[in-house]
Amino acid sequence: MRKGRYLVYAIRRLAQFVLVVFIGVNLAYVITHATPIDPVEQSISAVTSFGNTAPAAIEEMRRSLRELYGLSGSPVEQYLVFWKRILRADFGPSLSAFPTPVSALVARALPWTAGLLTVSTIIAWGLGTLLGGLAGYDRTNRGLKLMGVVAMGLHPIPYYILALLLLIVFGFLWPVLPISGGSAMNLPQGLSVDFVLSVALHAILPALSLILIGVGSWFLGMRALVSNVVTEDYVVYAELAGVRPWRILSSYVMRNALVPQVTGLAISLGGIFNGAVITEKVFGYPGLGSLLVDAVYAGDYGLVLGVTTVSILGVSIAVLAIDLLYPLLDPRVKVR
Amino acid sequence: MAAILRDLLRHNVEFRIGAVLVGAVLLLSVLASFSPYPPLDVYVVPPDLPPSPSHWFGTTSRGQDVFWQLSFALRNTLLFGCTVALISRLLALAIGLLSGYSGGWIDRALMSINDTFIVIPLLPLLVLFYFVMRDRMSWLMLALIMACLGWAYDARLIRSVAMSLKSREFTETSLFSGMSTREILVQEHLPYVLPIVFSTTMNNMVWSIGLEVTLAVLGFTDINTPTIGSMIYWANQHTAMVAGVWWWVAFPTVAVIMTFIGLFLLAVSMNDYIDPRSRLRSVGGTS
Repeated sequence: MRKGRYLVYAIRRLAQFVLVVFIGVNLAYVITHATPIDPVEQSISAVTSFGNTAPAAIEEMRRSLRELYGLSGSPVEQYLVFWKRILRADFGPSLSAFPTPVSALVARALPWTAGLLTVSTIIAWGLGTLLGGLAGYDRTNRGLKLMGVVAMGLHPIPYYILALLLLIVFGFLWPVLPISGGSAMNLPQGLSVDFVLSVALHAILPALSLILIGVGSWFLGMRALVSNVVTEDYVVYAELAGVRPWRILSSYVMRNALVPQVTGLAISLGGIFNGAVITEKVFGYPGLGSLLVDAVYAGDYGLVLGVTTVSILGVSIAVLAIDLLYPLLDPRVKVR
Repeated sequence: MAAILRDLLRHNVEFRIGAVLVGAVLLLSVLASFSPYPPLDVYVVPPDLPPSPSHWFGTTSRGQDVFWQLSFALRNTLLFGCTVALISRLLALAIGLLSGYSGGWIDRALMSINDTFIVIPLLPLLVLFYFVMRDRMSWLMLALIMACLGWAYDARLIRSVAMSLKSREFTETSLFSGMSTREILVQEHLPYVLPIVFSTTMNNMVWSIGLEVTLAVLGFTDINTPTIGSMIYWANQHTAMVAGVWWWVAFPTVAVIMTFIGLFLLAVSMNDYIDPRSRLRSVGGTS
């Protein structure tokens, strides 16, 4: 592919990325501002419901909240203030962890989610694609057929239910793995062997529930793709010409079927992220998902908004990265 | 229609299993109309009874019969899935057909918006929505907002079919005979995309029910309306697993897994049926 055409492609993808973030933030704005309920009154009633607060203090809190969340002024002003805060990643101090800024809480949780998602997505995608490719190519293998049945049973189950099942199995019936937290409490966070081991051990169950569902869906997708490619003329020709089966599979069949699988990865990242949110909550993993859910329970408006925005941004950046790498991985792709 | 069903039942294992699973779930949900207890009442039966002949699936710590509660929950959950699927199908059809038929800048603009909705993670947005709405959140409102967010993936699928229909001769004939764009789309193209619409309906229901369960177990929906998710929510609130009231969690979980696998298998078998290559393979011919 020529460099100029890649540049055009990259600019198009970049424009799409900007559009995603723009629409996403606007959706967040519409949801928070167009509803009949005032989030400031919500927060105040959440705080005051725990006990008596002096009316003057409530009035003070109401004013500062209005300023913090940009709810004062005309709608146009509010909209501009909203964008200004988001572009500066400034969501004010968190109400539930006052006075820690929301951005600090999000920054603390982000690496956990990013790590968990990256590792489990790569394992699920790689394993599912490889096995699915084999299953599509060799339709007689019993083990792979069985795997297909298992994948069909696993893939449609929602993340929460699978996580719950794993929690029951490894929490109640056979307690061998840690079922809560991101690492052992008593270890200092750092690059020590103990800490890394503990992080890996705690990640097994959350990662496993993401991987089990992911493998199923990539397996089914790749199997369907490969079984279509196998009937193509060039594969039949290669077989007749005596090309070794392994070479046919790797460079004739898999390579061609891989392209839609990569697009599929970009498309489903949003859904995988949804899964990670609930999985983290089930296993008490200290990532964005747990932060989001706890923020709702605590009535922390700024934190909910901050996590939502960062999730939209994070997922779209990941999708952009896949989109930009994809023509480089597969030079055959036509860049329009 | 009857012939298609007969063919599917005879030649397609996935369809058979899917039909049995969905049929069982449907039957259970229909039974809700004959429930001896009103769905919202608590302490109508002794709490915490294990499964027995008088209470088939046991009773909850809130004094509800799990069997009848589950039946109401399934009915509401399926109704929720159908509502979301119906509304989002209308959106996906309108956008997909228009985009595929028009081409040009309309297509590009619609598909850019479409791809945006595919990429955006919806759960945080729905959580934000709940956070703002709180107690005013009803299941109809949730269904509406999810329908408005969940059409994108299928619109792209419908668009790709519409694009191939555009170059067919009958489209030109109807254009020259003076039909408007709307008439061509509704009268000429719609029948061709309906089979995919059916199979995407199942997948869309799996998607929307999955999200509803997720939101409900966190308590982020109208938790007083019994759905599968809210049943598990109340079980978690009463720490049913730790208290040993396992039937309160187990039966809804089994029911929801049956629903998901059943709907998914129906979608898969319909896709197989739509594709002539795999249809031929399934009836025993060689492709």
